[in-house]
Amino acid sequence: MASALINVPPRAKRGEIIEIKTLISHPMETGYRRTQLGGAIPRDIIRTFVCTYNGTEIFRAELHPAIAANPFIAFSTVATESGTLAFQWTGDRGFSETESVAITVD
Amino acid sequence: MSGQSSRREFLLATGGAAVGIGLASMIMVEPARATPAAMQEAIRKVVGSARINPGRVKLDLPPLSENGNTVPLTVSAESPMTAADHVKALHVFNEKNPQPDVASFRLGPRAGRASVSTRIRLADTQTVVAICEMSDGSFWSTSANVVVTLAACLEEA
Repeated sequence: MASALINVPPRAKRGEIIEIKTLISHPMETGYRRTQLGGAIPRDIIRTFVCTYNGTEIFRAELHPAIAANPFIAFSTVATESGTLAFQWTGDRGFSETESVAITVD
Repeated sequence: MSGQSSRREFLLATGGAAVGIGLASMIMVEPARATPAAMQEAIRKVVGSARINPGRVKLDLPPLSENGNTVPLTVSAESPMTAADHVKALHVFNEKNPQPDVASFRLGPRAGRASVSTRIRLADTQTVVAICEMSDGSFWSTSANVVVTLAACLEEA
C-alpha cells in the first residue's frame, strides 16, 4: 500500500520553530480523466491530512483533486515538549494511513 | 408502401442516432472547467459575506511551469502567530481547473510561522488565488499568474 516519508528534526530547542515535511505515495486520481476506451476513471484522492503533537491537533489540510499525485505538504510548528508527532491521511475508498515520529526537545 | 415506411423509419433512426452522437461528442469535447465566476463562488463559500482585503498573504508560484501536473506552491502570511493574533486558515483557489478549490490548510498559534508548501495541478495558464483567514475574522488575499506549458488533468490513462 501507500508509504509515507516524513522529515522532522529529531532534536530541537524548546520554543524553536521546526519545519515538518511529509510526502505520501498516492495516485490522487482526479475523477476527470478517461481511459482510452472512454470510460471514466473514478476519483480516488486523499481528502484530509491531520498532524497531532502529543494528541493535540496542530495542523489540518483539506485536499482537492488539484493537489498533485504523491501529495507533499510542508508546514511548521513550535517545539514545545518531547513526545510524538502523529500524522494521518484519510481519503476515498476507505484510504487511511498513519505514521508517527518521535521528537526530543531540550 | 411498406418499403417506403421502412426507409422513413431507417432515416429517422439514423438521423436520431447521428444527433445523439453529435450531442455526446459535444459533451465529451467540452472539458469541465471552473470559471473565474465559479472561483468567486467557491471563495464566497469559505469567506461568507466578510470583506476581503488585499495584502498580508504571500503566494509563491513559478511564473512559468513546464508541467502542470506538479507545480510547487508556497503560501505564507505575515502574522505574529500568538494566541491573540494568528492565522486560522490558508485557502488556495484556481480559475480554470475542473474544480475551483485547491486546498485549505488550518493552522493555529502552535504553527509558529504561517507558511505551508505543497505541489498542485494546473490545467491551464491561469490565476491562482490565496486567501488568508485571521483569528480576528478578517480575510486577506493575493493572486499569482502561472503560464502552464503542459496541462494537467486532460491526458488519458
